[in-house]
Amino acid sequence: MKTLPLQGPGLDNDDLDEPQFHHAASTRNACKLCTPLGACLAFRGIEGCIPFLHGSQGCSTYIRRYLISHFREPIDIAASNFSEESAIFGGKSNFEAGVANVVKGYKPQMIGVATTCLSETIGEDMKRLFHEYLGKHWEEGHPEMVHVSTPSYTGTHIDGFHAAVRAVAQALAVGGERTRRVNLFPGMVSAADLRHLKEIVRDFGLAYTLLPDYSESMDGPSWAEYQKLPEGGTPLDAIRALGSSQVSITFGRTLAGKPGAADDLEKKFSIPHRPLGLPIGIRESDAFFALLETLGGRTTPRAHAQERGRLVDAMIDGHKYIAGKKAVLYGEEDLVIGLASFLCEIGVEPVVVASGGRSGALISSLRAAVPELPAACQILSGVDFTDIADAATAAKPDFLLGNSKGYSLARKLQIPLVRVGFPIHDRVGAQRILHLGYRGAQQLFDAVVNTLMEHKQENSHVGYSYL
Amino acid sequence: MEILPDRQKQVRQTGTTPGQDSAAPIACDKHSAAGSVSQRACVFCGSRVVLYPIADALHLVHGPIGCAAYTWDIRGALSSGPQLHRNSFSTDLREMDVIYGGEKKLYHALVELIDAHKPEAAFVYSTCIVGVIGDDVAAVCKKVTAEKGIPVLPVASEGFKGTKKDGYRAACEAVYRLVGTGSTEGVGPHSINILGDFNLAGETWIIRDYYKRMGIDVVACITGDARIADIRRAHGAKLNLVQCSGSMTALGKKMEADYGIPQKRVSYFGIEDMAAALYEAARFFPDDPTILERAEDLVREEVAAITPQLREYRRRLEGRKAAIYVGGAFKAFSLVRALKLLGMQTAVVGSQTGGPEDYVKLQEICDPGTIVVDDSNPLELAQFCLEADVDLFIGGVKERPIAYKLGIAFCDHNHERKEPLAGFVGMLNFAREVCNSVNSPVWQFAPRKRRKAVPSQSQEIAA
Repeated sequence: MKTLPLQGPGLDNDDLDEPQFHHAASTRNACKLCTPLGACLAFRGIEGCIPFLHGSQGCSTYIRRYLISHFREPIDIAASNFSEESAIFGGKSNFEAGVANVVKGYKPQMIGVATTCLSETIGEDMKRLFHEYLGKHWEEGHPEMVHVSTPSYTGTHIDGFHAAVRAVAQALAVGGERTRRVNLFPGMVSAADLRHLKEIVRDFGLAYTLLPDYSESMDGPSWAEYQKLPEGGTPLDAIRALGSSQVSITFGRTLAGKPGAADDLEKKFSIPHRPLGLPIGIRESDAFFALLETLGGRTTPRAHAQERGRLVDAMIDGHKYIAGKKAVLYGEEDLVIGLASFLCEIGVEPVVVASGGRSGALISSLRAAVPELPAACQILSGVDFTDIADAATAAKPDFLLGNSKGYSLARKLQIPLVRVGFPIHDRVGAQRILHLGYRGAQQLFDAVVNTLMEHKQENSHVGYSYL
Repeated sequence: MEILPDRQKQVRQTGTTPGQDSAAPIACDKHSAAGSVSQRACVFCGSRVVLYPIADALHLVHGPIGCAAYTWDIRGALSSGPQLHRNSFSTDLREMDVIYGGEKKLYHALVELIDAHKPEAAFVYSTCIVGVIGDDVAAVCKKVTAEKGIPVLPVASEGFKGTKKDGYRAACEAVYRLVGTGSTEGVGPHSINILGDFNLAGETWIIRDYYKRMGIDVVACITGDARIADIRRAHGAKLNLVQCSGSMTALGKKMEADYGIPQKRVSYFGIEDMAAALYEAARFFPDDPTILERAEDLVREEVAAITPQLREYRRRLEGRKAAIYVGGAFKAFSLVRALKLLGMQTAVVGSQTGGPEDYVKLQEICDPGTIVVDDSNPLELAQFCLEADVDLFIGGVKERPIAYKLGIAFCDHNHERKEPLAGFVGMLNFAREVCNSVNSPVWQFAPRKRRKAVPSQSQEIAA
């Protein structure tokens, strides 16, 4: 595609510390979603919390159906449902009626309010709206109300996710006598990942607050009765206890330097913050387990050590099938850093690493995490799928690694797509894909190797049944 | 029953009090109650779904990224040629655009995308904040139209400016600017337009083929598998057949007023309605009685072909109860009738956008005791389904997990569907899908069903 010289506002306003690879004025098949989606998912990872969008009805409905198609679970998201009048005179009356209806209908423990581009643009004063609403309606047992600002004209769904986590921690955490509890901010990972993280931390004998935790609320069992707000999620008391824990751990290398929940806790309650990369692959997982050994004062439990051992064994058994294969990977910045690190561990060469996010930290974080990443690997941030397709076509990869949105590209290039991350709209089991820890690496390894074996088998004239 | 006070007038149980049904019609056509978790979307969504299937047009969403991202390749609307409509193009407005305006970016985006894809026309959808920051979208469209020589049409679809229905209207207005701009040369005397079918899973092709077999020309399908050139000459047709009452009536009315083309409301779902839609068109052309004869032959043939299998499905579905919650009420009428044909009873029925006369009609065609609801939400729908103890839910993506969580079978009757449900063959697909889901052995393990100690479904199948 032809590139245009553009100086117009909007293209150079994100204060990037790295070159831009997206040269078009438009975004063509985005490799990102809007900020309120991330906030809604984070809120649904809190026990008894209903997400509430202050803005148009459509935002809530679109985000619901998008999340439903991935998780295959109900997710109710309320909206203040702006009318033309609200857009002109402000959404106060809709906000108040909406919150009152939600309290009546859902009896939530918390309402997570995210402001959409509409309410942000008209400059709604949320502090005042909260104050006035609670002035009229507060009574003992009224649900907690937390606001996060998520205008979709800044950042991506990941930014909305982290912002919501931060807002909740800011609003609810209180100090207290220091405990051995560990605060864990995992980022936007799968339901299976969250379950596995809890298992790991528990096995080290540590109490924890995992925020958010939608491992049950977005991946729960079949019901005997209707649950207005599905069970599960981080309990509010556990969030309040964030301020008395021994340490905070945040996953996500690109988050360094940007204030998040753990940084606030460090500042306010002097809780040390130990940022880590998403524990994908052996090295990033080792770093997590090593930290837990220190915190728990014990060695890695045998079951997990065995898992690591089997993973290494499997990697040796399978390494020749994938040796020298090239991959294009895309998705959220911290996810692709973890995936690139893992691929380099197993002898696959990442040729393009791309993200729609533009934290400004992708290149430096990726190079730091994966020093052996070939210099020729193209690292693209702030790109769309047209950019990714251009880069991928030139790089001639053997497979794609990323979410469902790369399917049309994989089809065009006639190469397989190994599905990870979010969204996965064309397979079942998206919420059960495990990416993290040794067990997650094992599943990723098996998926990558088997996909490439299958592809070779299907495209072979011989049709070996013994590979 | 727990229903928000704001919503009580939008729910009714039929026939509980004689004479009550017609006396006080259900409240509808209202802005959704704030905080009610409506299943509706917004004005933008209404416009986007209607125009989406126009395959050789560029569809550019002017606004921040969300609205475009959530509608990327979202519909099952098939094209026999270009696939441009399946992309997601956005101006992806950022903070500085919001402050300084997005017109410049919109202009550059249009120019580069038109150069890259050579579309026959372009639609520019305004999203919420465009209506607030005051971009003159029409002016940019006009400028690009002049420079690029294709129609560039603004769609006034700011999300907050009404309901989904207003989005339909905005889409009709945009499309209508194309109608009448092409030559009607070669359009025959027995010619129609198919309005309000979106070629989901190839449904327009099925319908189109029926009319062709009857000897009727289809000038334009708006918007299933649509091409800009066809829409331009749509005013040459003698009759508009309008399905999906909500979305395309506005266009039909405009064409009636300006070109004297009458419109007839039809539905292609279910045997009765499908046959009626064919006869309706045939009777419109009395000058050629062979059209009606061919229609009768066609219906006889098609019905005969599916009857044996339908009977089998009916045997396995007889007496089961269903809930229906769909976008437009007209679709609900057809579904109630189609379910009857399968021996099933509709216990709950509702729509997002039905009008007053739609609900009166729904109350008439449903059995006494049926819950009829406008603009419902998850809490209500779950409650209705449990109280009526339904075996099946027919709805869209947002209704599916409600049904599944409660151990209720589900039929996808949404715009994502991949199986054609229209036409005679569609009725068979519908019956198969309903039967497969209702009679699946998985329900025997669902906690709700187990608690009620319903006999195992798998035994029933084996019997």
